[in-house]
Amino acid sequence: MSLTRQDVEKIAHLARLSITDQEMPVYVTSLSSIVNFVDELSRAQIGDVVPMAHPLDGQHQRLRADEVSESDHHEKYQQNAPAVAAGLYVVPRVIE
Amino acid sequence: MHNLSIGELGERLDKRQISSVELTRHFLARIELLNPALNALITLTATQALADATVADQRRAAGERGPLLGIPLIHKDIFCTDGVRTSCGSRMLDNFVAPYDATVVSRLKAAGVVMLGKANMDEFAMGSSNETSYYGPVKNPWDLSKVPGGSSGGSAAAVAARLAPIATGTDTGGSIRQPAALTGITGFKPTYGRVSRYGMIAFASSLDQAGVFTRSAEDAAAVLQVMAGFDPRDSTSVDAAVPDYSATLNAPLKGLKIGLLREFFDGLEPRNAALIHDALAVYKSLGAQTQEVSLPHLPLSVPTYYVVAPAECSSNLSRFDGVRFGYRCENPKDLLDLYKRSRGEGFGPEVKRRIMTGTYVLSAGYFDAYYLKAQKVRRLITDDFRAAFTKVDLVIGPTTPTPAFSIGAKIDDPVTMYLNDIYTIGANLAGLPGVSLPCGFVDDLPMGLQLVGPHFAEAKLFNAAHSYQQNTDWHTRAPRGYA
Repeated sequence: MSLTRQDVEKIAHLARLSITDQEMPVYVTSLSSIVNFVDELSRAQIGDVVPMAHPLDGQHQRLRADEVSESDHHEKYQQNAPAVAAGLYVVPRVIE
Repeated sequence: MHNLSIGELGERLDKRQISSVELTRHFLARIELLNPALNALITLTATQALADATVADQRRAAGERGPLLGIPLIHKDIFCTDGVRTSCGSRMLDNFVAPYDATVVSRLKAAGVVMLGKANMDEFAMGSSNETSYYGPVKNPWDLSKVPGGSSGGSAAAVAARLAPIATGTDTGGSIRQPAALTGITGFKPTYGRVSRYGMIAFASSLDQAGVFTRSAEDAAAVLQVMAGFDPRDSTSVDAAVPDYSATLNAPLKGLKIGLLREFFDGLEPRNAALIHDALAVYKSLGAQTQEVSLPHLPLSVPTYYVVAPAECSSNLSRFDGVRFGYRCENPKDLLDLYKRSRGEGFGPEVKRRIMTGTYVLSAGYFDAYYLKAQKVRRLITDDFRAAFTKVDLVIGPTTPTPAFSIGAKIDDPVTMYLNDIYTIGANLAGLPGVSLPCGFVDDLPMGLQLVGPHFAEAKLFNAAHSYQQNTDWHTRAPRGYA
């Protein structure tokens, strides 16, 4: 199936990606060809198969004792932040 | 010095014929001379490398021994390195200085390796040609007009060009094995969960696995010995003992059962097929038995992968929001604009394409038709492998359908590019270990053969790979100008 420009605009919004007018036709074409390609899966005879989410069967989420294992690194981590003030991440105003 | 194995280098370090500082200087000089044409490294850490080499020399002088003590290495720029820029090949992380070491990095550091720098790669490991990097394409040392493969293209080109004896890589759909094949070196992808993913920037978490590039299987075994093992910081790390890989390298192959994957030979170019049959003749001469095996669902592996991997990527890459780290757009008018433009401007075209593919297959109305279906086919492919391994110990086939292609030849057609991974993706979907070994040349470019084994069969793969290399010399060939 082919995707329309409106489809791609909706996907881009869901993915929080700005796509320029120049880029848009390229994505409409390439995403349509990818969707056509993966549509091959619809022809597979599958039946009653349990979906596989993880390559190693029988592995379970490990739990650990509820103990403090990390110290406070916020100053080091915030050195990578685009904007910080008083130890807080700064973003455009959300609440008027 | 740059053509010696890790074992030979260690011997010379032991006998004090060379020091780690001299070795490090030698490789740094080669990088300075040869890297500008290759673009294999994007960050050089020369000062730290010489300091680390000095420490390694002191440790050795104090009586410490270890196969990697003082040996230089290059890390793929997907591994976090404390205090060193970790870009993942993306504008998004161009200014990101990792605040901690990945477990792969800290384990190798503890063993005394000397990091020379960080290797170029496809952006966020999404690509099969190393052309999606924000830092420009890597060139193949066998022919500078060709790609080195991807996504670990910089790591592969660096080892092939003898810029380091070791480079780390990651393999989500073939990103170690495919570039190893296209650059004529050895590339090893372990079982899913064998090597910690902690500090390895995530692409597709149920497929990602770290591994290694070297010139020989023997060297790869020595490196994986250090990289592998349980890590409580990775929730899918497997808590199982790591066998001594070097102990069984020379075990006899008599009675080893090797399966030829029928689906890999359907439509395979005759010159490529002939190289695999030559390799089989070597294995037969060593006492191995061969038989054909079939994985009937394998032809669906590429479409399955291109649903599962983008779905996981769209989720993993949602952390890049322009708030806590990474690129932020200029003058955002509100929070939504900040998110959209930071991501739109920070990510390159292939990453955006994969995020959108993943968003689409996970969205309401399409989840069952694509994502759930792909997860079911993934199980069928895995079951095919499991059935094959009841009959044979390992399976063999080509690593890639063709030798290295020209830079620019496939970059505008994503589906054609995706089909490069047709022989490697199955092992990722099933979580199996695999290795690519140089096995000859087509059009003067190196080709690789691939061996895949059951879960945790790394020792058997090293044994089979090393035995092949003891009886052939393809892995010793160097590209002209780099010997």
